[in-house]
Amino acid sequence: MSKTVVEVTNLAKRYGGRTVVDRISFSVSEGEIFGLLGPNGAGKTTTLECLEGLRRPDGGDLRILGTDPVREPSRLLNLIGVQLQSSALPPTIRVDEAMKFFCAYHRVVPRFDLLERLGLSEKMKSRYQALSTGQQRRLSLALAIAHRPPVVFLDEPTAGLDVATRAELHRLMAELRQRGTTLVLSSHDMAEVEEMADRVAILLGGRIAATGSPRELTATGSGLTKISVHATGTELGHFSGVARESRHEDYHIYYTAETGPVVSAIINRISTTGGTLIDLRVERPSLEERFLELTTKEAC
Amino acid sequence: MNAFVQHFRFELQTALHNKSLLLLYYLMPLGFYFMVGSIMTAINPFFTEAMIPAMLVFAVLSGAVLGLPNPQVEAREGGILRSYRINGVPAASVLTIPALTSGLHLLVVGLIITATAPLIFKAPAPISLPLLTLCYLLTITACSGLGLLIGTVSGNTQVTILWSQLIYLPSMLLGGLMVPANVLPPALQRVGLLLPGSHAMHAFRGLAMGMEVSSSWWSVLVLLAGTVLSFALSLYLFSWDSDNTNRRSHPLLALLALLPYALAALLLP
Repeated sequence: MSKTVVEVTNLAKRYGGRTVVDRISFSVSEGEIFGLLGPNGAGKTTTLECLEGLRRPDGGDLRILGTDPVREPSRLLNLIGVQLQSSALPPTIRVDEAMKFFCAYHRVVPRFDLLERLGLSEKMKSRYQALSTGQQRRLSLALAIAHRPPVVFLDEPTAGLDVATRAELHRLMAELRQRGTTLVLSSHDMAEVEEMADRVAILLGGRIAATGSPRELTATGSGLTKISVHATGTELGHFSGVARESRHEDYHIYYTAETGPVVSAIINRISTTGGTLIDLRVERPSLEERFLELTTKEAC
Repeated sequence: MNAFVQHFRFELQTALHNKSLLLLYYLMPLGFYFMVGSIMTAINPFFTEAMIPAMLVFAVLSGAVLGLPNPQVEAREGGILRSYRINGVPAASVLTIPALTSGLHLLVVGLIITATAPLIFKAPAPISLPLLTLCYLLTITACSGLGLLIGTVSGNTQVTILWSQLIYLPSMLLGGLMVPANVLPPALQRVGLLLPGSHAMHAFRGLAMGMEVSSSWWSVLVLLAGTVLSFALSLYLFSWDSDNTNRRSHPLLALLALLPYALAALLLP
């Protein structure tokens, strides 16, 4: 059984009279990628910042490898690496200088290889203020993992990154997991979380609305498969076993729990009525759909 | 040690890239020194006799009281201190390293003033260079402590300016920089003793310039106590994050740093 690395028990945090995190509990095992999902204001960043020791919880118990982030902040520093959602470096600091500066405080050798890996080798002598948002986030990520911490917190890690850097970041995250590093990430990007995370917690209004692996979460939703069909020369109409249907541009969209029979019936009807099938797509329920389902329910 | 050296070197370079800091550390004190030196020495012979201490105190007030607080507040507002915290930079380094680098810039300015004033403006040279250095270092540390404390308790840069000016302007008027403090009305002399500038001038005049000042060593003690209190309170009230106001105590506790000055105003003859 793998070791529990992050343990959150009844975490509560209030700002003034407003409860932002309402007695949530979860745990993350060694080498796991754990995703925190939720709309803006759901409490994701607050939860991460309490774990990182940046905010003092109003209740509950937090442990990272047995260390209490509130009572033992200095012990925590070498256990965690953090990429904050909103942070900055001094505007005049150079990229190589930032790496040397923070590695010196972590008492490790500067990791210039990481800067190269994250596409910053040509920017080594550039000042922080001259970097684009994406480059600043890449630098922040490199600094977060430079001291090889066993636990890494990433708050919106791919926000502002281009497609190539995003892919490189995903490879890096996978490598870190392979080496046994535990990653806790918060993101708005459902596809990213679905692809990368082993387990996910969906936060709504400061509470955990659902938790589990992306597959488990999608399975606990309506579980309907989406079938999109574009056909010409025929009127498709209704099919038995379809829970709901809609139209989007040239496509008929059917949601069903009986994927096989409905697909067969569609193809059969097109061929018997002399129509032409242009395109047919079958998509299993995604995490995004499950997320929207949960948030819509919460809003109602 | 390596981290301290890296941090110190970076902070030192930062001031050289920061136009407002260059202005406050170098251009303003040296510009004022040359301008006031040319005008005041011609119209007020009493100014010349204490010109070196006055210009040294002015340099420290500009650099430490006006120059130190803002970068701290801006770093906190901009999230730089959060980055420092998660990367293990201790609060003591965040506070003391800028104070040390600022002190180094002020030593350079002090050296220029002390070396050139007797040559250019016929200002009397100090009778004791070691005591002048002691007084200057104490003035730097006392004012740096207050500068850091202002930066620590100010929520934004506007508040910083207000607090800094509350020390800077009265020090200029009542501290004995432009006119000797003993020509001021007794009540204003008492008010002047609430400020570090007045005690710095007393110490410089009595110990380094050989003038007749009765309470020079008391002023040294007051500056020393002010230094210790202001640095300790800065560390105690330090906050990494402008959103996260989990201070150990109310910012008004910072006023405790003025206690040695208040006692001096009440008790000194």
